[in-house]
Amino acid sequence: MRIKILVRLKGQILEPQGKVIEQSLNSLGFTEFSNIRQGKLIELDLPDNISKEEKVQKIDSACKKLLVNDIIEEYEVLG
Amino acid sequence: MSFKSAVITFPGSNCDRDALCYLKDLTKGEVHNIWHEETSLPKVDLVILPGGFSFGDYLRSGAMASKSKIIDEVVKHANDNRYLLGICNGFQILTEIGLLEGALIRNKKLKFLGKNCFIKKKFKNNFNLSIKDSQILQIPVAHNEGNFYCDTETLNLLKNNEQIAFEYCKGEFSNFEENINGSIEAIAGITNKKKNVLGMMPHPERAYSDFHQSQDGRLIIESLIS
Repeated sequence: MRIKILVRLKGQILEPQGKVIEQSLNSLGFTEFSNIRQGKLIELDLPDNISKEEKVQKIDSACKKLLVNDIIEEYEVLG
Repeated sequence: MSFKSAVITFPGSNCDRDALCYLKDLTKGEVHNIWHEETSLPKVDLVILPGGFSFGDYLRSGAMASKSKIIDEVVKHANDNRYLLGICNGFQILTEIGLLEGALIRNKKLKFLGKNCFIKKKFKNNFNLSIKDSQILQIPVAHNEGNFYCDTETLNLLKNNEQIAFEYCKGEFSNFEENINGSIEAIAGITNKKKNVLGMMPHPERAYSDFHQSQDGRLIIESLIS
């Protein structure tokens, strides 16, 4: 099964790339777009026969150990 | 007794050679260069985690290097109350290991900063003993992720425990911005609570020799030796 993990900077942390993207989009006429923040998406495969509990436990453990720095980032498993 | 030291090299480190010369010239003692896959570290007084782009800065700066085999030994070295200095990428690695508080995020203005900068001492520790309170040091920076971040609770802890070692400041004759990268309270370097581990973004190993613009970087090693 394909796993998608969305990692983003916590809300209170300045995300300057998003601000620059917002300025560019606004100048292209997308003036309704605001509060843009850029994150990253990590995709990986896990065996299909793995139990739901084990899946959650493995993903959480990988996020805590390497994929996410919880001082500055938060994550969400998509789908 | 002679001062012994070591520099750890990760794939993508690019200031390890400078750090080795810095230590050889200033300590006059034994200096070891250790590859990150080694599992033992000689008993030394100081270990330097050098600058560069370990593992290509993939995922987050310092994230992969913080999981290298040698790191267990580096942590033991620090727990033994011996000195550990992380410069630039080395500082990022120390925060990723968790030996230092906070994290280093993208520079506020999204620019890679490669230039001289000015710092001064904030709280006293063994790494800045030879530096006068009012002294302004000129030491170069070269980083993209040097914007020090921590939450308010951690910041209060850093202040109460006097863990802030260096802060960016204006040079005497410069129009440089005081806070070059957007760091909280212009923090340029912090120590751990026991003050035997220092992480700093400026590169003292690029400011010690006659051919460097400044020799202020010598003061860090001189502080430790004196």
